[in-house]
Amino acid sequence: MSTTTYLIKNASILGGDAEDILVRDGVIAEVGSVAAAEGAVEIDATGLIALPGLVDLHTHLREPGREDAETVETGTRAAALGGFTAVHAMANTDPVADTAGVVEQVWRLGREAGFCDVFPVGAVTVGLGGERLAELGAMADSAARVRMFSDDGKCVSDANLMRRALEYVKAFDGVVAQHAQEPRLTEGAQMNEGELSGVLGLAGWPAVAEEAIIARDILLAAHTQSRLHVCHVSTAGSVELIRWAKAKGWPVTAEVTPHHLILTEDLVKGYDPIYKVNPPLRTAADVEALRAGLADGTIDAVATDHAPHPQEDKDCEWAAAAMGMLGLETALSIVQDTMVDSGLMTWEEVADRMSVRPARIGQVDDRHGRPIAAGEPANLVLVDPRARRTVDRTALASLSQNTPYQGMELPGAVVATFLRGTATVLDGKLA
Amino acid sequence: MRRHLLSTADLSRDDAVLILDTAEEIARLSARPIKKLPTLRGRTVVNLFFEDSTRTRTSFEVAAKRLSADVINFSAKGSSVSKGESLKDTALTLEAMGADAVVVRHSASGAAYRLANAGWTSSHVVNAGDGTHEHPTQALLDAFTLRRHLGGFDGRRITVVGDVLHSRVARSNVHLLATLGARVTLVAPPTLLPVGIGNWPCEVSYDLDAVVPDSDAIMMLRVQRERMNGGFFPTQREYSRRYGLDAQRMARLPDKAIVMHPGPMVRGMEISAEVADSDRSVIVEQVANGVSVRMAVLYLLLSGSESAIGPDVAENLSAENTKRAEQKGAAA
Repeated sequence: MSTTTYLIKNASILGGDAEDILVRDGVIAEVGSVAAAEGAVEIDATGLIALPGLVDLHTHLREPGREDAETVETGTRAAALGGFTAVHAMANTDPVADTAGVVEQVWRLGREAGFCDVFPVGAVTVGLGGERLAELGAMADSAARVRMFSDDGKCVSDANLMRRALEYVKAFDGVVAQHAQEPRLTEGAQMNEGELSGVLGLAGWPAVAEEAIIARDILLAAHTQSRLHVCHVSTAGSVELIRWAKAKGWPVTAEVTPHHLILTEDLVKGYDPIYKVNPPLRTAADVEALRAGLADGTIDAVATDHAPHPQEDKDCEWAAAAMGMLGLETALSIVQDTMVDSGLMTWEEVADRMSVRPARIGQVDDRHGRPIAAGEPANLVLVDPRARRTVDRTALASLSQNTPYQGMELPGAVVATFLRGTATVLDGKLA
Repeated sequence: MRRHLLSTADLSRDDAVLILDTAEEIARLSARPIKKLPTLRGRTVVNLFFEDSTRTRTSFEVAAKRLSADVINFSAKGSSVSKGESLKDTALTLEAMGADAVVVRHSASGAAYRLANAGWTSSHVVNAGDGTHEHPTQALLDAFTLRRHLGGFDGRRITVVGDVLHSRVARSNVHLLATLGARVTLVAPPTLLPVGIGNWPCEVSYDLDAVVPDSDAIMMLRVQRERMNGGFFPTQREYSRRYGLDAQRMARLPDKAIVMHPGPMVRGMEISAEVADSDRSVIVEQVANGVSVRMAVLYLLLSGSESAIGPDVAENLSAENTKRAEQKGAAA
């Protein structure tokens, strides 16, 4: 990586007309028709789409603690290849990111790796225990400047504790990102509850367990006038609830994962734990509602919930397997496939849901999710929408291989990613 | 026949009838003085039990031994199961030892399916009960018992009562009996019925008394003690009163109706001792039939090519038995 000057020729900005983009000294120096620039490396971007660098609100980098699954370095390599320039690293590490010390460690590892910005998410409660608040203020004041707090993987199920968390983070304009899962309704849950779970004999994870928490938290957000973000929305009912909250003007945002936009519970029939994920894969009707919700803006963001697991945690019987799937290196392709190629969204809207709004939710919109215009930080991604590629899990940059898309042909390819003017990816490879 | 027996849901009517007919033939031969058949000599059957089950394991063991197979009992219950890796590693071990068939009992739903399809082993897999999913040989022995007593399946009304939610026996029975043409009614409190049961090939009732007089057979499912703390029903007493089979309820069954139970029974809970020991009860017979049915399954899965399986099964078996008897005579 170097501080080269790049002249990107003929890129279709947000899917619009072809223009040239001059990147120099970490910023976008010029947009329009740029004849030539002294010492610039020219990139022919004819047929490529330029988007602001993608921002992931929900990434599990596993470090510290599970370096056998992923590290900050390998995870951010995967992120860069997926077109991301910023990721929010979830707090369920070991030790849990519930102190200034741990979030600063993760933040520093991200800076050292240099493939994309790593914004640590702080735990809401000590040790994700759901009993008392972690030192949210200390994490907010740390070098990592934490603004998003989440017990992701676990739900802040205690209503009073959730209320206090929402109130407390107002002091530093934080947001509480809730993993909406009523614990008593999901004891031992293995898959979406429905006819199929009954037939397969797997304990069900009912939609109501997600929706009951979302309904409660929406009301708490309204009551406290504090910001709630709902992680990985997975049901049609949840979309309805969030649509209602937004109509009321309440401070609620939400994300959906790529896998919930494309995969359904039918895949569980073969008992292959590669499809075991939390929240579980739902029905085709849910997928349709999630796509509609993302298209109309009810759902603000696509967030990967990139969850690496070593092979032994997936190559086993269903009940023993870990929940989660990889997402960083395939997210944009899944969004293109389900939302753009299907005619539900424009590339401009993709930029909105995968960069602009997530940056705003994560409070990093001074640096990310910016317009592609002169003077802005050069966080960019060039995408070839006509490329097609077959997913090969052994060729992924992630340390783990638990992608549910193995062998699938997906549209679109990230050709180049720039982080503050430095190419992290060129010609589809790490630079 | 398919390569494996994993569930009754994917068992065709023809295959199901073939298994029952073969079991019938085997049962007939088993009545002879020499019970052992040389059919599976040199083949290895592994009983891989991750859960305690004296009844099913013994039944499979006897079945395999009567077919002259070598039997290895592999009991792997305990903490290793929760680790998850043990199923795969065990499968690889058994593969290396050259098991021809693996009979697997596991607490995880889908474990048998996974064993058969994950590429860990090339053995034939027989599901001897996987979590709360299926227990196909139990359903087959139940069907065998039903056919003997009811003469057939068309239009016969079979009532299955109890903890359907957690019962692999209920799932396997519903699929198999529906495939064979019987009319199945599941009876349970709503808390013990799975979501989406409305689309299963059966009827559902919450009222046992309403169903009893229209039952040609009634099958009582065990209610495990741990369910009592799960809030599925208020008390054991209330469950017994509403869903248990006692002498009074049994008296309202049609004259020739039979009472079944897959075992182990909780006497006094879902079935009274009086009923269990009555002459309508075929519970002990079910156990005996289990051996014949499991012999049939192992025979059909393991004995040579597909062409050897068919209408002439009985002839093959008879010929083998006769030959063996002759050999024995010659040796003497």
